[in-house]
Amino acid sequence: MKIMNCPLNGPRNISEFIFGGEVINEPDPTACSDEDWANYVFIENNTAGVVQEWWFHVATAFWFIAERDTRTDEIICTYSPKRVHDKQEERGV
Amino acid sequence: MPFGLIKHGLAKTYPFRRDIPAPHELKDSYDVVIIGGGGHGLATAYYLAQKFGIDNVAVLEKGYLGGGNTGRNTAIIRSNYLTTEGVRFYDESVRLYRELSNELDFNILYSERGHLTLAHTDSALRSMRWRAEVNKHLGVESELVFPDDIAKLCSCLNLSDDVRYPILGALYHAPGAIARHDAVAWGYAAGASRHGVELHQETEVLSMDISDNAVTGIVTNRGRIKCGYIVQAVAGFSSLLSKMAGFQLPIRTIPLQACVSQPLKPILDPIVVSGSLHVYVSQSDRGEFVMGGSTDPYPLYSTRSSLEFMEGLMAHILELFPFLSETKVLRQWAGMADMTPDFAPIMGLSPVSNYYIDAGWGTWGFKATPVCGLRMAELVATGIVPDVLRPFALGRFSAFDLVGEKGAASVGH
Repeated sequence: MKIMNCPLNGPRNISEFIFGGEVINEPDPTACSDEDWANYVFIENNTAGVVQEWWFHVATAFWFIAERDTRTDEIICTYSPKRVHDKQEERGV
Repeated sequence: MPFGLIKHGLAKTYPFRRDIPAPHELKDSYDVVIIGGGGHGLATAYYLAQKFGIDNVAVLEKGYLGGGNTGRNTAIIRSNYLTTEGVRFYDESVRLYRELSNELDFNILYSERGHLTLAHTDSALRSMRWRAEVNKHLGVESELVFPDDIAKLCSCLNLSDDVRYPILGALYHAPGAIARHDAVAWGYAAGASRHGVELHQETEVLSMDISDNAVTGIVTNRGRIKCGYIVQAVAGFSSLLSKMAGFQLPIRTIPLQACVSQPLKPILDPIVVSGSLHVYVSQSDRGEFVMGGSTDPYPLYSTRSSLEFMEGLMAHILELFPFLSETKVLRQWAGMADMTPDFAPIMGLSPVSNYYIDAGWGTWGFKATPVCGLRMAELVATGIVPDVLRPFALGRFSAFDLVGEKGAASVGH
C-alpha cells in the first residue's frame, strides 16, 4: 500500500489518513461578502501540480500539511501546521 | 438486405464506409468550437448540426474520440434519481437512449436489464421507498422489492443472512440498461461528421484569447482558430480549461476505478448496485463482469490503478457473488472524474459571455450523454437556458442553492 509519512506517527498506510482539501486562507465570515464565503466553501483550485494539502491521521486525530504532486501522486514532504503558523508569525501575518 | 450481402460477398470490392473522415487542417474560424471529443461533446456537436442546422462546428480532442471517461465508465443507464430535477433530466436521457441506435444508424448495443439498488440497512430501505415514490410520481418505473423478489430477479446473488451486510431489500428499476459506451461516442461522431461537423483528434487547447469578457480565439497545438461560441466538455480537466477561460469551478478531479473479469457464460441479468458496499456490477454482452466502486479517497490527475481499490472492491463483490472467487480479473483502469460538492453536474452559462460549460459529471455522466448533448446544443443555438438545465447552473453555488442529489452513483444514505 502507498505510504504517507505522518509528522506525528511516522510512515503509515495511506488508508489511515483522510484528505482535507487544499490549504487556503479562510476569509473572516463576519466581514466578507456572501459570494466570497461561497467561493471559500465551494470553489476549488484543483491544481494539476504540487499542492499544499491538509491531511488527517484518523486514529490519532492529528491534522497536518502535505505537499503532493497531483499529477504523479508523489508525496514530497509532510509537516506539522505549526511550522506554517510560526513562519506566518515571523512575517507578521 | 440478405440479397445485398450475397451481392457484396461475390463482388471483388466491398463498399467501404468511412464513419469518421480522415484528418485535415483546421479552418481559420468556426461558429462553434466544442472542446472535448467524448460522448457529451460529440452529442452536442451532433444535435447542433442535425437538429439546429449549425454545421460550422469543430470538435477538438487532445487524445482520441471517446478515449476519456466515455470509454472508462461502467456503461449503466438509469433514471431512478431522488430529486425531481434529477429524475426529469435522466428520464429524458433514457428515452433518447432507447431510440439512439435507430437515430444514429449505429448499433450501441442498448440492453435493458433492470437495475437493482440493494439496501442493507433500515435507513437505506427508507430512502429507497422515498426514491420509488418520487420516481413513480414522475412516471418512472421504480419499486421497492424484498429478498423473495430479488431471488427471482437475480438468482446468483448471495441473499444469506450470514454475511456482514445482509440484503434487506432493493429498489428495482426495470428500465435500467447498459450500452456499449465506445459505440455511443462513435455513433455520435459518425452522425455529426455526416452533418458537416469537423472532428479534430490530437488537437489540444493550449490557451484562449479573451477580450471584453468573451473568448475570441483558441490557441491549439495545431494553430490558432477564431470561434463564435465555445462549449467545454472535458470531465477531469474541467478546472484547467475553465482557468484558461478565466474562471474557477467547484470541482475536484478524483480518479474512479473499475475492472472487468474474464468472460463467463451469461448468469447475471440485472445490474446490481449497492450504495452501502460501494459496488456496481453488470455482465457485459461478452460475458465479462464489469465491476466498479467508489471514487479514490483523494484527488489526482492520473489514470493509474491501485491495489487498495481492487482489494476493497473485491471484499464486497465476493460477499454478493461468492462464486466469483475463482474468476480472474482481466483488466483494471481509472477515469478522472470531475466531482462537485452536491453530486450534480454543472451545465449552462459561464461567467464568460460566449462560453458554455458542461462539467461536474463526476461518476454519473455516461447515462446523461444524449440529453446533455441535446440540451447543450439547444442552449448554444437559442441562447436560452432550457428548463431541464436550469437547476444545474454554475450560479447555484454562490446562491447556496445546491441540488442535493442523493441518487448519484454508489452513494449510501
